[in-house]
Amino acid sequence: MGALTAARQDPKGEVYALLPEPNAEACHEVLRQYGADRIVVIQTPEADLSPFPEGQAAVLAAAIDRFQLDALLGASGEAGRDLLARIASIIGAPLILDCLDIDFPSGTVRKSHFSGKTTATLRLNSRPWILGLRPNIITEQIDPRPGDIVVYEIPLHVSKRLVIREVKQGSSGGPDVSEAEIVISGGRAVGSAENFRILKECASVLGAAVGASRAAVDAGFASHALQIGQTGKTVSPRLYIACGISGSVQHFAGMKTAKVIVAVNNDPDAPIFQKCDYGLLGDLFEVVPALTRALGPGRSK
Amino acid sequence: MRIYVCIKHVPDTAANIRPLGGTAFDETVKFIMNPYDEYALEQALRIRENGAGAEVVAVTVGKEVAVSTLRTALAMGADRAILVKTDAYFTDSAETGCLLHSAISRDGSPDLILTGRQSVDTEGMQIPYRLGALFDMPVAANVVAFSMDEGRVIVEREIEGDVREVIEMTMPCVVGAAKGLNQPRSPTLPDMMKAKKKEIRVIPQADLGFLAPVPAVELLGLQTVPDRGRGSILVGEPERKNGAGASVPAPERGQGSIVEKERLWRGSAFSSRRGKARSKKPAWAP
Ligand SMILES: Cc1cc2nc3c(=O)[nH]c(=O)nc-3n(C[C@H](O)[C@H](O)[C@H](O)COP(=O)(O)OP(=O)(O)OC[C@H]3O[C@@H](n4cnc5c(N)ncnc54)[C@H](O)[C@@H]3O)c2cc1C
Repeated sequence: MGALTAARQDPKGEVYALLPEPNAEACHEVLRQYGADRIVVIQTPEADLSPFPEGQAAVLAAAIDRFQLDALLGASGEAGRDLLARIASIIGAPLILDCLDIDFPSGTVRKSHFSGKTTATLRLNSRPWILGLRPNIITEQIDPRPGDIVVYEIPLHVSKRLVIREVKQGSSGGPDVSEAEIVISGGRAVGSAENFRILKECASVLGAAVGASRAAVDAGFASHALQIGQTGKTVSPRLYIACGISGSVQHFAGMKTAKVIVAVNNDPDAPIFQKCDYGLLGDLFEVVPALTRALGPGRSK
Repeated sequence: MRIYVCIKHVPDTAANIRPLGGTAFDETVKFIMNPYDEYALEQALRIRENGAGAEVVAVTVGKEVAVSTLRTALAMGADRAILVKTDAYFTDSAETGCLLHSAISRDGSPDLILTGRQSVDTEGMQIPYRLGALFDMPVAANVVAFSMDEGRVIVEREIEGDVREVIEMTMPCVVGAAKGLNQPRSPTLPDMMKAKKKEIRVIPQADLGFLAPVPAVELLGLQTVPDRGRGSILVGEPERKNGAGASVPAPERGQGSIVEKERLWRGSAFSSRRGKARSKKPAWAP
C-alpha cells in the first residue's frame, strides 16, 4: 500500500497494480482504495509460482514490457528485495533498493549510504526504474481509483533450476520487525533468552514486534532474525524502544529512520541518550514490566 | 572446481563518514573487507578444505588501495586475487556487476560465485542478482546455511518474520552470504606473510571495455545525516501513583516537558497505532 501511495506521487502517473495471483479478488478493493487505476491480474499455465522465484520475476518483467511501464515500485523487505533485484537483472534496468523517498519530476531517489551515516541522492538515467521502498517509510494514504481489471495471460515456461523446497518458520514467533509499527528491542543487558520474555510481554500489549542488538543475538539470547542494524534488519517503525542497548553506530544503521526513538538504559552516560527522542533512565527489568502493566489490558489508554 | 568470491573494500562500519561536497568524502578513514564478504570467503575456504579441491579466487572492483583488502582475503586463504581498477570510488551496481562478470569470465569458468548480500557503503543489495543474470546462473541471497551435493547447492535464505526458505539450485550458481552463515576466521601473522607471495592481477577498468558515459544510476551527492540529539531524559520510579514520583530534570536541548512525559508514561502518545506520536521529523524522512 505504501508503494501505491508512493506511485500516486508521480503527478503524471497512471498507476497499475500488478497481481500475479489469479485468485486474489479479496485484494482488489484494497488496491482500488489505495490508488490503483488498473489492476493487472496475471495468469500463467503454472498454477502456483510460489516455489519458483525466477518464474515470478519473469512474469513481472514481461508485464513491465507488455504495459510499457516506466517504473516498478515495491517494498524493500527481504522478499521484495529478492523479487525486485531478479526483475531488474532480467531486464538490465537500473535498480535502487531501500529508497527513503522518490522525486518523480527530477527522477531522483534518496537512500542511505554508509549505514545511515549519510544519505545519497541518486539520479536514474534510464527506464524502467525498479525501486524498492524501505518498509514503513511512506505512510499509505487512501486515494480511491477505478482499479479496472485487466487480465494478462502469459504462456510462460518456468525454469526449474531453482526451487524453494520448504519454508521453515523460526522459533521466535510474533510479528516481523521490518513491517511493524512499533518495535521493542533488547540488548546485551537483557542477559538471557529467558529474560527476553519481559520484552515479548510488553510487545504483545503494544502490538509491537521484538528486536535485538547484535550483542544479544551473538550471546544467543535472541534469534538472528530479530537482529536490527548493519548486519541485521533495517526498520522504520513509528516507535522504537531500545532496552539495554548502548547505541552503537551499527545498531543505529538499522533503526535511525524510526519516527520516535525511546531508550531505556541504567547508565546516564549511555551514548544512546545522545541520539534519541526520549530516554528512560532506569533498570530495564523494572521499567519494561512497568510499561507492560501501564499499557496492559484494563488500563485506559 | 573453481570458486570466485566477490569482495569489496569499504570504510570501517564505525568510521566517521565526512562528505566533502559532491560525491567526495574523506577517504582517509580506516578501510576493511565488507563484513558480509567475509562470510562468503569463509564459505569458499570451507568448501575447499572439505575436500572439494577448489581453487578460490577473490575478485574486487575498486581503486588501487583496494589491494589491501585483497591481501586480507589472501591471508584468510584465497589462492589468488584480481583487482579491476577504477578511478572513481563510486560505481553503479549494474556496472560493477558487468565489470565483475567480464573479469571473471576472462579468467576462467566459475562453478560457484559467492558474494556478500550487500555492501555496507553503498548498500546496493544487487550484485548477486546482476551476476546471476549475466552468467545465466540461478541465484539465492541472504543465505545463512549452505551445503553442496552432486552438482546441486542447497541453501537456507532468511526472509521476513524469522522464516527461512530452503532453496535447491543447480550448479554453477551464485550465493549472497549473510551473517549467520559461518564464523569467518582471522588470519594469523604467518598467513599474512604467506599472502605477500600470492598473485594479485590488476586489470584497469578500461581494458574490460566499460566506460559508460553516464551510468544508469548516477550518484549526485552525499549528505550527512545528523543524529537526533540528546533526548528528554526521564528519571524516577517506574510505578507512579497519581502523578507523584518521577522527576524530570531540565532536558539539555529543551525539548522535553512533563506533559510529554506523562503522555509517554501512560502510553497515550503511542497506544493508538495510528495516533500521531510527537513528530520530530528527521530531516531525511519524507
Ligand atoms: C561489522 C559490524 C557489524 C555490526 N552489526 C551490528 C548490527 O547489525 N546490530 C547491532 O546491534 N550491532 C552490530 N554490531 C555491534 C555493535 O558495534 C555493538 O557491539 C552492539 O550493538 C552492542 O550491543 P548492545 O548495545 O546490546 O550491547 P552493549 O554495547 O554492551 O550495551 C549494553 C547497554 O545496556 C545497558 N544496561 C546494562 N544493564 C542494564 C539494565 N539492567 N537496564 C538497562 N540498561 C542496562 C548498558 O548501560 C549499556 O548501554 C556490529 C559490529 C560490527 C563491527
